[in-house]
Amino acid sequence: MTRTLEWIIERLLFLCAALSVLTTAGIIAVLALETYEFLREVPILEFLTGTEWTPLFANRHFGVLPLVVGTMLVSAIAMVVALPMGLLAAVYLSEYSPSGFRRVVKPVLEILAGVPTVVYGYFALTFVTPLLQRFFPSLSGFNALSPGLVMGLMILPLVSSLSEDAMRAVPQGLREGSYALGATRMQTALKVVVPAAFSGITAAFILAASRAIGETMIVAIAAGQQPRLTANPFVPIETMTAYIVQVSLGDTPQGTIEYRTIFAVGMLLFLMTFGLNLVSTWLRERFREEYA
Amino acid sequence: MRKQADLLFQIVSLATLIVALGALGALVYDIFHDGASRLSWSFLSNIASRNAAEAGVYHALMGSIWVIALTGALALPTGVGAAIYLEEYGSRSRIARFIELNISNLAAVPSIIYGLLGLGLFVRLMGMGQSVIAGAATLALLALPVVILSTREALRTVPNSIREGSYALGATKWQTIWNQVLPMALPGVLTGLILALSRAIGETAPLITIGALTYIPFAPDSIWSKFTVLPIQVFNWVSRPQADFKANAAAGILVLLALLLSMNAVAIVVRDRSQRRGRA
Repeated sequence: MTRTLEWIIERLLFLCAALSVLTTAGIIAVLALETYEFLREVPILEFLTGTEWTPLFANRHFGVLPLVVGTMLVSAIAMVVALPMGLLAAVYLSEYSPSGFRRVVKPVLEILAGVPTVVYGYFALTFVTPLLQRFFPSLSGFNALSPGLVMGLMILPLVSSLSEDAMRAVPQGLREGSYALGATRMQTALKVVVPAAFSGITAAFILAASRAIGETMIVAIAAGQQPRLTANPFVPIETMTAYIVQVSLGDTPQGTIEYRTIFAVGMLLFLMTFGLNLVSTWLRERFREEYA
Repeated sequence: MRKQADLLFQIVSLATLIVALGALGALVYDIFHDGASRLSWSFLSNIASRNAAEAGVYHALMGSIWVIALTGALALPTGVGAAIYLEEYGSRSRIARFIELNISNLAAVPSIIYGLLGLGLFVRLMGMGQSVIAGAATLALLALPVVILSTREALRTVPNSIREGSYALGATKWQTIWNQVLPMALPGVLTGLILALSRAIGETAPLITIGALTYIPFAPDSIWSKFTVLPIQVFNWVSRPQADFKANAAAGILVLLALLLSMNAVAIVVRDRSQRRGRA
């Protein structure tokens, strides 16, 4: 009796754990099903290489490149902010700061990561954009620059805290060896610690890039809704995520091709972020082995 | 020369940190400056309105509370169950390794993708419609990786001698877990749950994707009600060109942040009390 009960409970717990695998399978199934229907009407080559995205207009074009380029543009701006700043912050926290300072600053940095993204969107639209317009009068009200910068601020704690973890895992002996040879703390940090923690830091960067690509509300609020194939950060654009939001807000009837576009775009987004996540996980595993 | 370079580098690194913290300060200042004057009792008790000065967040606040409570109810048992399996039962098996890898990958999937899953699976296939339960189920899947990870850490802090003592008295594995291990791990589990929920309460994109409405003039009265939540109401107000609605958005953000902070405060109290009890 007790043994049967134990057996049933173990199966139930296993089901709970398996739910996560089912979630992944569900995501892939839902996206693949609708994407398949979509691709029956739009050739995959037109979808992936077309340069016009106008599925909601009378004259419909289904070239996803403007959305992909818009996503890349905003993410690139975010990375330009978050990588150097996050890395420097991590170097300071790991190599220079007194431990009391770190205990105070780290939680505050963590707050940045916990702020809801809709709040960042508000900040980008009503504070950062008007501020930037004072310096760049040609900047339009919706643009890639302002949400890019704010997104950089949002992912900075991710970069700094994962990089710092990687640097603190570097054995103290390496630092001591470097100091013994007469190196300063900067030389030790840049020439010994950062290279030794390289795969961990790269993993942090890749995870940050994946977060930037999938970020939705900041761009939906502050970047505009105009799919445009451009590298100009001053004009309105549209990202893949913002497009999904735009369609979800409208009253596009389900089962239509316009409606299926969000799943096709979602599939592309999923594949991009999933690929980046896999690389990041692999790099972190490798890093763990190096200093195990 | 080398010393000066070192000092300069230290100053630049510290300056980056200060810039980041300064930006956080600017954000907080901006929102208080825009929204504090709009906060009032009627803002909390009124529902959405076309007139900015009469509009309030009651319906959205209630929607958020409904959705989050239900999300917690769904994510807690499944998340804890999964963590117990991985930590206490199958931690060395190959399938457990695969599940772990899968969970860490899921944690990094963009939230809007969960919205598409919720739309295809809960709203349509399972016929839940654009209801509170469909939204909560979507957010529960989103919160699950965080709940599992924090529960596993809490389980790991329970010393093995507790388990061995229980086995020695003749308890079965499940009796040991239920009567000894879980009660000891409970504060850590609850802290993790609250942190996961405080992230879920700010989520906007997945709920927009499953079709939560941006204009809905009533609070939910059952799990099958249509609903809206605070961040969606904020998004709706931000998207309007009039300055009055922008002020409403800022005030809505203040309400959202207050909700978030009180949840985090509860988490801190729970952790604190358990630490004191642990020492006694």
